[in-house]
Amino acid sequence: MGPVVTPAPIALHRVCLRHGANEVVRDLTGAFAPGSLTALVGPNGAGKTTLLRAIAGMHLLSEGSIDRDRLAPSDIALLPQGSRLDRGFPVSCLQVASLGLAARLGPFRPIGRPQRAAAAEALVAVGLPDYANRPIGALSAGQFQRVLFARMMLQDAAVLLLDEPFSAVDARTAADLVEILLAWHAQGRTIVTVLHDLALATQVFPQTLVLANEAIAWGPTAAALSEANRIRSGLAIPVRTDFRRHAA
Amino acid sequence: MLHDMLVTPFTLGFMRRALAGCLALSIAGPPLGVFLVLRRLSLMSDVLQHGVLPGIAIGAALAGLSVWAMGLGGIAAGLAVALLAGWLTRRTGGREDSQLAGVYLLALAAGVALISMQRGVDLTHLLFGSVLAVDDMALYAMAGVATITLPVLALIWRPLIVESLDPGFMAATGGRGGVWHLCFLALVVLCVVSGFIALGTLMSVGLMMLPAVAAQHWSASLAGQVRASVAMAIVASFVGLLLSYNLELPAGPAIVLTAGALWLASIAVGPYASLRLHRAGSA
Repeated sequence: MGPVVTPAPIALHRVCLRHGANEVVRDLTGAFAPGSLTALVGPNGAGKTTLLRAIAGMHLLSEGSIDRDRLAPSDIALLPQGSRLDRGFPVSCLQVASLGLAARLGPFRPIGRPQRAAAAEALVAVGLPDYANRPIGALSAGQFQRVLFARMMLQDAAVLLLDEPFSAVDARTAADLVEILLAWHAQGRTIVTVLHDLALATQVFPQTLVLANEAIAWGPTAAALSEANRIRSGLAIPVRTDFRRHAA
Repeated sequence: MLHDMLVTPFTLGFMRRALAGCLALSIAGPPLGVFLVLRRLSLMSDVLQHGVLPGIAIGAALAGLSVWAMGLGGIAAGLAVALLAGWLTRRTGGREDSQLAGVYLLALAAGVALISMQRGVDLTHLLFGSVLAVDDMALYAMAGVATITLPVLALIWRPLIVESLDPGFMAATGGRGGVWHLCFLALVVLCVVSGFIALGTLMSVGLMMLPAVAAQHWSASLAGQVRASVAMAIVASFVGLLLSYNLELPAGPAIVLTAGALWLASIAVGPYASLRLHRAGSA
């Protein structure tokens, strides 16, 4: 997959999102610049996942608008957290990775030799060169996340949305996946990643959106993650905040 | 002696018809069964096979005991039950099993009551089938179902896999998972009704589900499981009919029992996730 040109920013204007009766995102305005690499951080229940789904067009806005300009649905790829993918299904790593191509091929055009070759290449790129024919049931959590990154690679989308992609994997895998993310960034794709690890956000992500139902800060990471903002969002005392939210 | 047991039976017309009908079932049903098993919808096959009974009874009441009247009634009832089950799944957030058990008990009772109200309809035939009395029309119906099922399944194969494997990805890439799921359930309904002709409503999914469950122990790939399930269904058809002929057993139960024996054997010694491997692994 070569360099891509991202057509335009994704602009949010006064976006409100609801989950049933709960308003999880309030009055969010701002833009993800073309080719930007943004960490989306905030306490549990801050609306991060819902916002990603809304950007992908999978969650209806209760108010406001999202301007995706000329982006087609297949230009936006979403990797949900703890994918609901059924690991007991008898398919191989290569087959799962090649689904990234199926998204563009549509339901009926066949996956042929060139597509399988591309899928095999993607598996090599995510560090699983010998895993093409392994069933997915036999993989560790980290290896499986690599396969999902290969699938995302093949989706070849201009906008990539990832929901806590590093939370359930070992340190070695996380480091490798961060490298892949940076390669995608270098290709000019627009990337938004939900993160819990603020140190990682500081090291790797130029932009950060701090969300606690409303935008606490949105801009260059160092400023966005200032101590004042972290306390205001509830990130500075995450354990206690989590506990109180669960209790409520 | 061996010739008398294995070949002579199939020189008889009714045995050949029965075999042809069962082969049609064996080719169409098990691939669908494999998907039902993988999607943890095995219970759905039970619900559907009982769910078609009221429709079959109403079809028989309106137009007599023709394959077409009962078949169309069964298909209509099956589709209604499939839609009802889908609605229950959404309403209960995937915890629909107890509701589905209610649906199929109700359908079975209603079907039996409806049939008993009519004179001249043999309930036993509808419940247990009459594979040895398959006429031309029934044979056409079964062959027709197989002829429709296989190409449609081939056509929806990939979207169905994506929808079964990762519904979230299906939705995220703009696919309409529900459409493929409904197509698939419609095929299952067709095969359940087709199975009813031979095996009756109590066992119509026997040739669909038992080989499919057994196939899990023979291959780690989807295509491999489909092939294994079809092969086992064909073996069960042959062996079941021969057992029925030679031991004077009713044909439907003989076929399903053979499929069941293959299933038990697969659990015991199959190359994947079988008891043999379990013991070897723990020893």
